[in-house]
Amino acid sequence: MAVIGLAYIFLRNLFAVVMLSGMFSLTAAVLYVVMDAVDVAFTEAAVGAGIATVLGLATLGLIGVVNEKPSKRSFLGPFLVVLVTGAVLINATLDMPDFGDPNAPIHHHVAPRYIEDSGREIGVPNIVTSILASYRGYDTLGEVTVIFTAACGVLVLLGRTRRRKPHGQETGDRETASGDGEAAK
Amino acid sequence: MAFAGLYNYWIVVVLMMIGFYVVIAQGNLVKKIFGLNIFQVSVFVLYITMSKVDGGTAPILDDRYQVYSNPLPHVLILTAIVVGVATMALGLALVVRIREAYGTIEEEEIEQQEGELP
Repeated sequence: MAVIGLAYIFLRNLFAVVMLSGMFSLTAAVLYVVMDAVDVAFTEAAVGAGIATVLGLATLGLIGVVNEKPSKRSFLGPFLVVLVTGAVLINATLDMPDFGDPNAPIHHHVAPRYIEDSGREIGVPNIVTSILASYRGYDTLGEVTVIFTAACGVLVLLGRTRRRKPHGQETGDRETASGDGEAAK
Repeated sequence: MAFAGLYNYWIVVVLMMIGFYVVIAQGNLVKKIFGLNIFQVSVFVLYITMSKVDGGTAPILDDRYQVYSNPLPHVLILTAIVVGVATMALGLALVVRIREAYGTIEEEEIEQQEGELP
């Protein structure tokens, strides 16, 4: 994954960047399956690898630019900032519990209650579903609000385009793409 | 032991920094947004890493299993993935508008054009 990420920096062809992002999401989805998060892997494969790639391609089709121009700016400043931030974060991970440690604090708050009682209280075998729809239903409501706002924003931004330039028929693609985003959820 | 236990977190940090670098160092707006995507995925991986329990299985109730991984981070990340794509759609729409207004998606050329205005 880090290799794919590194390739991002050096690639100048935007089409390749979009395709690479699809591969990146798919790799992430495989990683989620390995770490027992099957629901997240589903969503990542469908939304991250699928819809995000479609959105990227639609954008490239709209703007019609495929190659990035070489930047004249110095890369040293950003590189130093990144290096320092990375060092601080690595330092912070030294205090984290080991990978897969069952005694980590995260597993001792509300999670045991969800695992033990959700089957009886909600009646759905998939714990992720019962939390998503029931215990944390307000989160999901907020999420839907965010998606609705984003869809409105995209429509406002691109809808004005179409009014000014009646020939921009590709805007229809973008609208269906964001509509798919809602349908997937 | 320390290396094996923290390896995943370090991958997350490396990915996060790659995304961060793409966002602040690259001038191309489309590439910036996909850099933001890398950054998001690194945060997702961090959460899923924390939810993993040794010997656990996916959090779907079954009589044969006693140990499950923590379902709460999964729910949060499920939400975050969808919100992330919605944000990305909005960002890409902004890029399309910028392209129409300025005729370019390179940050430096936009700054140049801004400089020419009074």
